[in-house]
Amino acid sequence: MKIKSNKDFASGLMFMGVGIAFAWGATTYNVGTGARMGPGYFPLLLGILLALIGSVITFKALTVETADGDKIGKWAWKPLFFILAANFAFGILLGGLPSMGIPAMGLIVGIYALTFISSLAGNEFNAKGVFVLATVLAIGSYVAFVWALKLQFPVWPSFIAG
Amino acid sequence: MELFNNLALGFGVAFTFQNLIYCFVGCLLGTLIGVLPGIGPVATIAMLLPATYALPPVAALIMLAGIYYGAQYGGSTTAILVNLPGESSSVVTVIDGYQMARKGRAGPALAAAGLGSFFAGCVGTLILAAFAPPLTEVAFKFGPAEYFSLMVLGLIGAVVLASGSLLKAVAMIVLGLLMGLVGTDVNSGVARFSFDIPELTDGIGFVTIAMGVFGYGEIIANLSRPDDEREVFTAKVEGLFPTKDDFKRMIPAVLRGTALGSALGILPGGGALLAAFAAYTLEKKTKLQPGEVPFGQGNIRGVASPEAANNAGAQTSFIPLLTLGIPPNAVMALMVGAMTIHNIQPGPQVMTSNPELFWGLIASMWIGNAMLIILNLPLIGIWIKLLTVPYRWLYPSIVLFCAVGVYSTNNNTFDIWMVGAFGLIGYIFYKLGTEPAPLLLGFILGPMMEENLRRALLLSRGDWSVFVTRPLSAGLLAAAALLLIIVLLPSVKNKREEAFVED
Repeated sequence: MKIKSNKDFASGLMFMGVGIAFAWGATTYNVGTGARMGPGYFPLLLGILLALIGSVITFKALTVETADGDKIGKWAWKPLFFILAANFAFGILLGGLPSMGIPAMGLIVGIYALTFISSLAGNEFNAKGVFVLATVLAIGSYVAFVWALKLQFPVWPSFIAG
Repeated sequence: MELFNNLALGFGVAFTFQNLIYCFVGCLLGTLIGVLPGIGPVATIAMLLPATYALPPVAALIMLAGIYYGAQYGGSTTAILVNLPGESSSVVTVIDGYQMARKGRAGPALAAAGLGSFFAGCVGTLILAAFAPPLTEVAFKFGPAEYFSLMVLGLIGAVVLASGSLLKAVAMIVLGLLMGLVGTDVNSGVARFSFDIPELTDGIGFVTIAMGVFGYGEIIANLSRPDDEREVFTAKVEGLFPTKDDFKRMIPAVLRGTALGSALGILPGGGALLAAFAAYTLEKKTKLQPGEVPFGQGNIRGVASPEAANNAGAQTSFIPLLTLGIPPNAVMALMVGAMTIHNIQPGPQVMTSNPELFWGLIASMWIGNAMLIILNLPLIGIWIKLLTVPYRWLYPSIVLFCAVGVYSTNNNTFDIWMVGAFGLIGYIFYKLGTEPAPLLLGFILGPMMEENLRRALLLSRGDWSVFVTRPLSAGLLAAAALLLIIVLLPSVKNKREEAFVED
C-alpha cells in the first residue's frame, strides 16, 4: 500500500499515538461513571476521540489521492538546533542548574549567550554585528525588565552578586 | 439611558491619565511588533503579556486591548507594503492593497485601511456596549449543559475557519483540550499527567505554549525557508490622503464592511478572519463603477471594506468573551489567560462584579482605535523603516523576549525548558501541516469544558440526553452540527479550499 499524503499520514499517527497515551494514562486514575466523573473520565473520553480522529486521518492519507504526495520535506536541523540550544543555554545561565552544580550566571551573561547561539541559526554570521546586537539587547532588557518593570531576575553571576 | 451612563462610567475610568498612557503604550508596542514581519498577533500578545503583570487589572487589560488593536493594524501595514499578511485576517487586504502600493498609491491604501478601521471600530464599540448587557442576562440563564454545548459550538466554529484539513483542525482542538487537563484536577485533587514534576501539577502555562508554538516554531519555520527577495515600498509613500473619488468609493464599502464584520464577529469562532473574507467577496460582487480599477489590480474598495470588516469583527468578538467568558479565537484565548492571571474569571459576572473594569475596557477600545489613527498615519514613516530591519537581527531578539517572558511568569527556569519543548512541537506541527491556533483555543477551554460536563451530568444523574432535551443546549448543538454539515457539503468544501489558496 502506498502512502498518498505523507504529512497527513505522519500527523494521523502522531494524533493516534498521543490519544492512546492520554487514554492509557487516564485509566491509571479513577474513571468513575457519568454521574460521578472521576479524574480519569474526561481525559479517557478525549484520548479515545483523538485516537479515532487520528486513525481516520491516517486512513484518508492512504486512500485519498494528492497531487504531489504532500511530502514533509527536509527538516531544518540547523535553525531547530540553534534556536532551542539558545533557549536552553539562556535558561541554564540565568538560573543555574543546582542539581548539577552549575551556578547562576545571571541575565546579562545569558543574553550574550542567547544572542550568539541563536545567530548561528541564520545563514550569515557576523561576530561584530552579533556582539553589537547582544549589547543593545542586554542594555535594553536591563532598562525595560529590571529597571522599568521591576521583574525579579538574577542579573549578575551569583558569585559576584553574592 | 443606561447605555450612556455605562459608557460614561467607562470613559471616566479610561480617561484617567494613567490608563490613557497604558492604552497608548499598548497601541504603540502592538503596532511596533505587529509591523515586524513574521510575528502574528498571537505571538505579539504572548510576548508582551509579561509586561502587564505588574499593572493593576484594569490597566493591564486596557494595555492588552491596545496591543491587540495595534497588532491588527500593524498587520495590514505589512500587507499593503510588503505583500505579506502580518496575520490571517489581512490576507485579503494583500490582494488589492499591494497592487495599490505597486502603483504608487500606498498612501491612500494605508489611509483607507486606517480610516475604515477607525470607523468600524467606533461602530463595533457601540454595538458591544449596547449588546453586552442583554446578552449577559441570557448568559445567567445558562446551566452547565448550555455552557458545554456553547463551547462545542465555539470550537466547531473556530475550526470551520481554520485553513487546511478540517479533521486535522478538530484533532488539534482535542489535543489542546487534553493538554489543558494536565495538572491538578480541581474536584479530586489528583495530579493528572504530571509525571511527578511539581511544576506540572499547576498545569502547563498557556504562555509557554503560545510562545513556544507561535514564537519559536514560527522562527524555526521562517529560517528554514530560503530568503525570498521582498519588494518593500519605502520611498513611494507620499500623498497620504485619498482623493475625492477614492472617498466616494470608499465610504459605501466601509459601511458594508462594518455591517458585515459586526454581525460575523459576534458568532462564536467568527471573528475577524471570516469577516474580512466575506466583505471582500461582497465587494467583488457589487458592480464596478465606470472608470474604476478592477479588483485584484488595486481597487481601493478591496482595501477599505475588508479592513473595516476585520476591525469591526475584532471588536464584536469581545462580546462572547466578556459576556459568556468563552474565547472565540486564539487571541481571545490569550485574553482569558491574561484575565485569570489578574484573578478575574471571565464570564457574565464580570459586568456586575467589576463594572469599572468592564466599561473601562470597552471605552478604552474606542480610545485605542482613535489613538491608532493618530499614531499610525503620521508615524507611517517609522513603521516603514521597521520593515527594513533584517530578520537576522530580529529573531534573536524575539527568542530573547520569549525566554525572558516565560521566565518572568513564575520566576522559574522550568518554564524555559517547557517553552523550548513547545518550540520543537510547534515546528513539528508546521512540518506536518497542522494549524496550531485551534490547539490554543482547546487548551484554554479544556478545564472549563470538563467542569461543565461534570456538572451537567451530575445534575442529570449521568444521563447524556440532557444536552439535547434542554432547548437552549439542543439549539446550540444543532447550530454546531449545521456548521459542520455546511462545511462538509461538496460545493462549500471546494469554495472553502479555494478561499484559503492564493487568490
